[in-house]
Amino acid sequence: MSPARIQWVAFSTIVTKEIRRFMRIWQQTLLPPAITMTLYFVIFGQLIGSRIGEMDGVGYMAFIVPGLIMMSVITNAYANVSSSFFSNKFQRSVEEMMVAPIRPITILAGFVAGGVARGVGVGIIVTLLSLYFTHLQIHSLLVVITVILLSAILFSLGGFINAVYATKFDDISIIPTFVITPLTYLGGVFYSIGLLPEFWQAVSRFNPILYMVNTFRYGILGISDVNVWFSLGMLVFFIVLLGAFSLWLLRQGKGLRH
Amino acid sequence: MKVPALVVQNLTKTYDNGFQALKGISLSVEQGDFFALLGPNGAGKSTTLGILSGLVQKTSGSAEVMGADVNADAFNARRYLGVVPQEFNFNQFEKVIDIVITQAGYFGMTQAEAAPRAEELLRALDLWEKRDQQSRLLSGGMKRRLMIARALIHGPKVLILDEPTAGVDIELRRSMWAFMKDLNAAGTTIILTTHYLEEAEQLCRNVAIINHGEIVQNTSVRGLLSQLNTETFILDLNESLDAAPLLNGYAVRLAGLDALEVDVTKGQSINDVFTQLTASNVQVRSMRTKSNRLEELFVSLVRGSAK
Repeated sequence: MSPARIQWVAFSTIVTKEIRRFMRIWQQTLLPPAITMTLYFVIFGQLIGSRIGEMDGVGYMAFIVPGLIMMSVITNAYANVSSSFFSNKFQRSVEEMMVAPIRPITILAGFVAGGVARGVGVGIIVTLLSLYFTHLQIHSLLVVITVILLSAILFSLGGFINAVYATKFDDISIIPTFVITPLTYLGGVFYSIGLLPEFWQAVSRFNPILYMVNTFRYGILGISDVNVWFSLGMLVFFIVLLGAFSLWLLRQGKGLRH
Repeated sequence: MKVPALVVQNLTKTYDNGFQALKGISLSVEQGDFFALLGPNGAGKSTTLGILSGLVQKTSGSAEVMGADVNADAFNARRYLGVVPQEFNFNQFEKVIDIVITQAGYFGMTQAEAAPRAEELLRALDLWEKRDQQSRLLSGGMKRRLMIARALIHGPKVLILDEPTAGVDIELRRSMWAFMKDLNAAGTTIILTTHYLEEAEQLCRNVAIINHGEIVQNTSVRGLLSQLNTETFILDLNESLDAAPLLNGYAVRLAGLDALEVDVTKGQSINDVFTQLTASNVQVRSMRTKSNRLEELFVSLVRGSAK
């Protein structure tokens, strides 16, 4: 059996296992974002949005939908990898992989693909729900797909690093609660940063989620507060950076090997 | 000439807290062997097995499985190896069959390739009926057998078993012994650690005793037993005695009202004991050894190395 075939089958196995895991506990993984986002659509989009009127030349509901889809994708991609990999560590089932002839890059790619699968899956569910509330046009399908995939990959890598360092279950909720959620809310999901004073506009430009939300919004509506190419370039840069760091952690056996 | 199944040379391991678990051990296990690694708790057995399986990073020295270095050629070393750890290390929420098939996938076997082998192993280990059950619902003995099935799914040439029968009842332990014997007879090299010295005596051909991170004995089980100078037998009698009979050349003590303890040293014969007892009109109903022979040696070797 060739080494390449072993790696491919091992990768497929990890991805299948990851998908099976989040499908098995769909009440914890797929249902909550569907309910939360529906509430966002009803409360912010319909009830409050109807009083706000337009934002950047489009209806408020249409404005927030891309941000909410992106928010669902990145939080679910992150949560999938952080909880699954930590759970593997906690139950020591990660040793099943450590004793097998699997290369670190295969393990990482498998978990990231699992995170992307859940992120994109939830993104599709939220998109379908949003169609009940608003009409979605696609300005650039290529940008939509690219930015969704890159963002899901980046946050899956973030979730992986979080899980490697986590020593207890509390440790995997700290980053989402205190970092990702605030950055998402301040990342232009609900407003255009053009509404902010200049100083806070400048501060907002250090928020990476602003670039993801706006690039996705560009793909859907054709409007953005940021340069789309810069945004995509930044995503690729951070994926390479976090990917290399994750591989280094795996090779070192950080938190996995004595 | 066949490459050895396992070669360990000057292997050392010092943990981050400064504890030196291995102080330069060396040993070799031939292909087809049934090898026991014995030692008290904390002696370094699990550390050694951990290094072989890639779960523990060595400090220095080398280890090879079927000629493949566990670090430099980890890819091949792991293909040759199956590992049954001491602690349960599978996802408690996965189904039995999924755990085994997933492990096969990690070794490059597709589901279609792994399914017949998984069925064969689960049937052999009496787990087939439980295949669709979540693993957390299995009994302790079933969980151990599940780990054996998982370790064998890719057909390893060398199987490492770390305390495989710990906490398993006697009947099940004996059926697991039979399974392991068959596996070894079919060509799989087996390396096991155990606390049950009877297990090592029953199953293994060769043995290494490790204590405080050092190998204190590495020989055949037969060779080890030949070092035994004195064996104590307990003879259950048909009638109670007031005092122990005097037997020429043997130390005899009363062990309760109707039993005797007799020390038989190397070169003496138990037949002679019976002859003398018969002459003294003492009728023996049954006989047993006071403790496992290997156990006596083990204790003396471990105590000796600790001095």
